[in-house]
Amino acid sequence: MAQQPPRILIVGAGPAGLRAAELLVAAGCAPILVDEAPRIGGQIYRQPPRVPGFSRAAKELYGSSAERAKDLFVAFDRIRHRIDYRPQSLVYDLIDNRAFIATAGKTSQLEFDALILATGAMDRIVPAPGWTLPGVYSLGGAQIALKHQGCTIGAKVAFVGVGPLLLLTAYQYARAGVTPAAIVLPSRRGALIGAGLPLLGHPSAAARGLRWLLGLRRRGVPILFDHRLERVAGEESVTGIVVKGSGAARKIACDAVALGYGLQSETQLADLAGARFAFDAAQRQWLPLTDGFGRAAGREHLYIAGDGNGILGADAAEARGRLAALALLADSGLEAPGYRPGPDLVAVARWTRLQANLRRAFALPVDLFTALPDDTLLCRCEGVPVGAYRGIAGIMGARELNRAKSYSRVGMGRCQGRLCGHAAAEVLAGTLGVSLDSVGRLRCQPPVKPVTVATIAERQI
Amino acid sequence: MSDGNTGPRLQRVADLDRQLIEISIDGWQLSAMEGDTILVAMLTQRGLLRQKQEVEPAGAGFCLMGACQDCWVWLEDGRRIRACSTYVEAGLRIRTTWPSSLLES
Amino acid sequence: MSAPAAPPAMSTRATVKCDVLIVGAGIAGCATALMLTRRGKSVTLLERDQAGTRASAVNFGGVRQNGRDLRELPLAMRAREMWDHLPELIGLDGEFRATGNLRLASDEAREVQLAEFHQKAGALGLQLEMLDRPQLKARYPWLSDKPRLGVLCPSDGHANPRLVAPAFAGAAQEAGANLIEHAEVTEGWYSSGEFQLRVADGRTFAAPVLVNCAGAWAGKIAGWFDEPVTLVPEIPQVQVTEPLPYRIRPVLGFVGGDFYLRQTLRGSILFGSGQGRATADATRSRPLPETMRRGMEIAIDFIPGLAQVPVIRSWTGVDGDTVDGVCVLGQSETHPGLFHAFGFNGHGFLLGPAVGAVLRELICDGKTPTEIDELGIGRFRTPTTGSTSEQSNSLPPLRGKDAEA
Repeated sequence: MAQQPPRILIVGAGPAGLRAAELLVAAGCAPILVDEAPRIGGQIYRQPPRVPGFSRAAKELYGSSAERAKDLFVAFDRIRHRIDYRPQSLVYDLIDNRAFIATAGKTSQLEFDALILATGAMDRIVPAPGWTLPGVYSLGGAQIALKHQGCTIGAKVAFVGVGPLLLLTAYQYARAGVTPAAIVLPSRRGALIGAGLPLLGHPSAAARGLRWLLGLRRRGVPILFDHRLERVAGEESVTGIVVKGSGAARKIACDAVALGYGLQSETQLADLAGARFAFDAAQRQWLPLTDGFGRAAGREHLYIAGDGNGILGADAAEARGRLAALALLADSGLEAPGYRPGPDLVAVARWTRLQANLRRAFALPVDLFTALPDDTLLCRCEGVPVGAYRGIAGIMGARELNRAKSYSRVGMGRCQGRLCGHAAAEVLAGTLGVSLDSVGRLRCQPPVKPVTVATIAERQI
Repeated sequence: MSDGNTGPRLQRVADLDRQLIEISIDGWQLSAMEGDTILVAMLTQRGLLRQKQEVEPAGAGFCLMGACQDCWVWLEDGRRIRACSTYVEAGLRIRTTWPSSLLES
Repeated sequence: MSAPAAPPAMSTRATVKCDVLIVGAGIAGCATALMLTRRGKSVTLLERDQAGTRASAVNFGGVRQNGRDLRELPLAMRAREMWDHLPELIGLDGEFRATGNLRLASDEAREVQLAEFHQKAGALGLQLEMLDRPQLKARYPWLSDKPRLGVLCPSDGHANPRLVAPAFAGAAQEAGANLIEHAEVTEGWYSSGEFQLRVADGRTFAAPVLVNCAGAWAGKIAGWFDEPVTLVPEIPQVQVTEPLPYRIRPVLGFVGGDFYLRQTLRGSILFGSGQGRATADATRSRPLPETMRRGMEIAIDFIPGLAQVPVIRSWTGVDGDTVDGVCVLGQSETHPGLFHAFGFNGHGFLLGPAVGAVLRELICDGKTPTEIDELGIGRFRTPTTGSTSEQSNSLPPLRGKDAEA
């Protein structure tokens, strides 16, 4: 078997997709690597455009991860001539063994024997009144503006949410000379310290977190634990945030807000590809069901690698990319010369423990969603407030997200629920008083992201 | 500028030594830097990507990574593009409102 | 949802009895249940999935008499009148707007078809307006030069099926119908003067009257009662764009071209062409990329301004097509008390309310003022199926030899 190397499609050129491609090339395969961005690296190692004048060094862009980023870029340069790399290309539909790809206004169709999805993650958003005002950005967006474009999202930025990325991005802003207006975390400081103690088992992670915190403190940035975002203030643009701790609510002036409550996996393509999903109670998300190597249940020759299959971070993503490639090779009757999965499996196990600890440390208050005022916009694409969504909960079978979407439009808009889906599930479950898994998950409908009529019709105007 | 638009939103803090190129927004000539996304070129000079109009409120983008779809703008040549993931080119003509000619001619 | 730990004694569980059993809680089944309960009948409505979720809820949303097969037109015209009173019937207007339906022809043969419909449907009392190319361009500047002739039916329009179909189910329940969801009927027979149905979990139901509104699955049920009808699954695929300012008022359809388009009140443009793909049992379906591409090509051909509009989603539904393109509505020819309403060929959305009214009349009064003679199931009767009654556990045919007529 397998004289002819399998036709392999990898979606996503972040750490998982790149390390998968590297191992596949070493085994004699020539995978096709499709990525939406103009340059490799994914969101975590997002590179500035290849244009004169972007002069920051890796250390400045990626901090303590600079060496890992550079290694990854070098690895890519080594395999570049052996793979079919397609940047700025969106896989917008998958059916059977075919992918439909939009590149610069044109569609191409691609057949594959095996598919690795390394689609990464994005911010998890918790809405608040005013969160759709111009000037509120996702936390990931705030970081990308800096890494990719040398910009900050404002002159005086408030950072609201949870997770290491919140502290890291605020710290990076401070170092870039844009001192944050405040860091607002609903997590309790005590809980963070208590739950954070196990992080001492991951000394480098703990040290990094501490450095960011101290760096922010030193610059006089208020770090408000156990505070919630009551609302974003402003008429036509952000003028401040109103936050509330144990005392009275107070306003903090700012001209931009970075909002991020941890990360969620991007799973739309896995859904179209036919992966089976299972609810992950710890991450509060439905994730593709896979074995320890990323082999998907429910669909042969489908592998899911990196943060698209549950959040373990960039370092784990590299390992998970290799493991998925190994599984693919084994299933195709091929070998991975010189690669032994042991160390990667151990690393993934370690990152799994770290992430579990981080989630405990940054646990969200249980009533974060039930406390949302009715007039808070839930779905920004369709302009649906939380109250309207609560109003249809339970009516005529709307005990499930897709039915609720059908009545309310929540999740029906341009982003297909990427922004509102998690909050919608929490609000629906909270309103009905049921567990999060029992409201199901939003099904993906092709195209996974908007594509113009002319692109799909393959017409130029 | 106009229509509830505020001053510049994004702040340039690095990589400032780049070639300037000319673009236009709603007919107003202005300079962008080579390598800017359309979103950055616009929001380093103004507050909005999109004015409030018939079907949607004003907007300035949100995720900057091609997920939220909040930053689509029109070009004068009729193209519809996502501002966070498209780079500026010299002579690019952007509009912040829906081209009413679209379904009228 | 939690099942009892002890094995349930399915066979000994009492059969649920009522006046009328309805299979299929789509818009037709729910409308029928609603009308019958309001007339004092006890009704049990069995639905294999969730009420108002299949073709009834995911269809294109056209409320259209224009271009109907003339055999269906009297039913369609009656239905259209009922749509004006939707709030009284189901408590909401379902976003129904009478914005007109514009049917277009782009070649000579289709012009002839269109003109013929204009003349014949007009004779049956349907108000229509014929528009030549200059008139089309003047009124609908977004149209390309391709359409040569149009027929506008001003009383047609569109509604939101996602809201209308479940609202019918809700209204039926509120009126007292016993809606049982996730109850796939697996067996049906006639004995002791009653229709008996068994569902997948073993429960049984019985009633002297049975209404078959099982959509794509109705042919099989008809077969249990010796009048099988072959239905070809239809899997219409619809695409939707991002919202645009509301400019396209009428719903568009193309003669013979398998393309339809409308703009919702929200501003999104929905358009469909061709078929998606369904699983063998037709319980799940999904859009096909080729179909999507073809739909985009036609969309640009007729409305060039759509070229740069982003498409944000697509979906499919499953309906059952009859071989002659019109629905089956009326009483059984083998079993008194059995009524059929299925085979809506992907355009049953408008008809739903009138199907309910007609079936109520047939069941309660034994007759209906609406002309439905040509919709009877008897038209599918073949000599072979006609002679199979001895194999069945059923009563003699309702109309005996007359059924051949």
